[in-house]
Amino acid sequence: MTTPASPAAAQPASDAVKQAALNAVNRYAGQKGNLLPVLHDIQHALGYIPDDAVPVLSEALQLSRAEIHGVITFYPHFHSKPMAPTVLEMCRAESCQAMGANNLIDHARQKLGCDFHETSQNGQVSLEPVYCLGLCAQSPAVMVNGQPHARVTPAKLDKLLGEGA
Amino acid sequence: MTNITFYVPQDAAALAVGANDVVTAIQAEAKKRQLMVNIIRNGSRGMLWLETLVEVVTPEGRVAYGPVEADDVPGLFDAGWHEGKPEHSLYHGLTEDIPYLKKQQRLTFARVGIINPLSLEDYQAHGGYEGLKKALSMAPEKIVEEVTESGLRGRGGAAFPTGIKWNTVLKAQADQKYIACNADEGDSGTFSDRMVMEGDPFTLIEGMTIAGVAVGATYGYIYLRSEYPQAADVLNKAIAIARETGWLGNDIQGSGHAFDLEVRIGAGAYICGEETSMLDSLEGKRGQVRYKPPLPALKGLFGKPTVINNVISLASVPIILAKGGAYYRDFGMGRSKGTLPFQLAGNLKQGGLVELAFGITLRELLYDFGGGSASGRPLRAVQVGGPLGAYLPESQWDIPLDYESYMKVNAMVGHGGIVAFDDTVDMAHMAEYAMEFCAVESCGKCTPCRIGAVRGTEVIQKIRQDHQREQQVHLLRDLCDTMLSGSLCALGGMTPYPVLSALEHFPQDFGLEAAPAASQA
Repeated sequence: MTTPASPAAAQPASDAVKQAALNAVNRYAGQKGNLLPVLHDIQHALGYIPDDAVPVLSEALQLSRAEIHGVITFYPHFHSKPMAPTVLEMCRAESCQAMGANNLIDHARQKLGCDFHETSQNGQVSLEPVYCLGLCAQSPAVMVNGQPHARVTPAKLDKLLGEGA
Repeated sequence: MTNITFYVPQDAAALAVGANDVVTAIQAEAKKRQLMVNIIRNGSRGMLWLETLVEVVTPEGRVAYGPVEADDVPGLFDAGWHEGKPEHSLYHGLTEDIPYLKKQQRLTFARVGIINPLSLEDYQAHGGYEGLKKALSMAPEKIVEEVTESGLRGRGGAAFPTGIKWNTVLKAQADQKYIACNADEGDSGTFSDRMVMEGDPFTLIEGMTIAGVAVGATYGYIYLRSEYPQAADVLNKAIAIARETGWLGNDIQGSGHAFDLEVRIGAGAYICGEETSMLDSLEGKRGQVRYKPPLPALKGLFGKPTVINNVISLASVPIILAKGGAYYRDFGMGRSKGTLPFQLAGNLKQGGLVELAFGITLRELLYDFGGGSASGRPLRAVQVGGPLGAYLPESQWDIPLDYESYMKVNAMVGHGGIVAFDDTVDMAHMAEYAMEFCAVESCGKCTPCRIGAVRGTEVIQKIRQDHQREQQVHLLRDLCDTMLSGSLCALGGMTPYPVLSALEHFPQDFGLEAAPAASQA
């Protein structure tokens, strides 16, 4: 199970990354199919999953680098690059659209000067789409650094970002 | 000085509108007034337009005030809410008597919002673990029979009879079997799984344990979406309590039965709500759809026989065992037995959770419960059953909500999510969004879904821009036909439902004549 490594993945991992990866592997040692919990753990510790964590995991979990890379890139929740200090997830789903989410999203794009999957011009906010937060009776909804906010208006969003950014 | 007891929900829907600030304000104001208060964090009653809904315990019962914001708290104390007085404009009287709640038939949600979610004493005082106690004294075949008798069908959307699924796993021979709970509630307009997990987590744990005892599975997984961090927290705490008190573990309450479980967090992929994708994700892989057969009931998680049920299906099992299959079956109509927690969402004045027997109509839900549109404009289209469900025009709002009646009009009840739109909606835009959503979330395994959704988005864009419109409409119908019959799972296979229903019922939004023939189907 060998795969050609990308140049980034061939770099030796920094101590901090290696430590975070091995800690995660140890924490979930013995649990079957534990790659997702391990990746969550690394992202929790470092804020993202650096490319150089992949070879460490590959060896520790006896999985090919391609498999691990494939899993990281399949799931929108996992990030291979650092995120801004404030992560703003805005719901794009039907219920929020029925209550003006598209206008709210346009407002955010304009204010932050960036689109989805990008970081604001001042580097403080990462804007991510999300498809339902389960707050559909109080649409539109957003999540700021994991905290849910419902019935969001452009003014309320400005206030949230003012505190977070 | 006697203690005043307040209930302030810890449900994400309450947190999202400032429930924690309300708690802080109550504590600060009580201190100022030298009042002793006891604040219990409950689940939500499901009247979500009233969140944060604060309840005060009085000798007559729990009195409701809502929607309360932190700034309202001093005024509420001035008006004597701590004695349940009616002087404040946010006063709603006894919670139990609020019509929205009173008119419901709560079986699965019987305890949600009433109890402290993490109090095992509260849980048992309200009938919790009665079902499992009964199951522990029964032969596995008898437990499965009881569930079959109840008529319970999978509440995740596919509506497959739960008892038949359990029986297949029971009869399978294997050294290990699993219970996998699908808590990847990704459909827009749905939140009943979240509410039950946050408001009554022991019900789900009990239901999974009963399933384990019934089919001979000793381990379970709750596959929970990453968008629900509050639910993860509550579930993990409840599981720890169940283990400490012998309701999970190697010898459940001295019965000799073993069952334990863990929560696994997904990572933002909608497709992992499809049962075989979920299995791959639980195994630590990309969440890609598997071919069937083999059925997961025979060869599921890690290749072993696996019961896969939705949260609401499993959370309905305890009451079925406690009160008997016949009790549950006597709610509902036709082949749709029992109750469904409908979720009213989108542009409605009174959004929330409404558990009722099958057979109610959309119109009753939208107006009698939902109170009409939030915007004050006329309602125009309603999507039922999530992003893969059809859009229903007003002419279809009187069809009784049951699985078969909805199937007859190419719609689906699904997970019971109801999203209302007012007359400002552009249905051609919603159709384009349905295709775009499928393109974003496709796992990529089968061509009709992976390529079809991208082409579908383009085709609808061309129709909207009047680019060879007639020809593109023909192409769109053809493409939908391919997706419907050629996709590996429901994502590609059902995306045509919202698309075609929008096209059939709202042709003018696509720049087409509202021909009488087009309004059929």
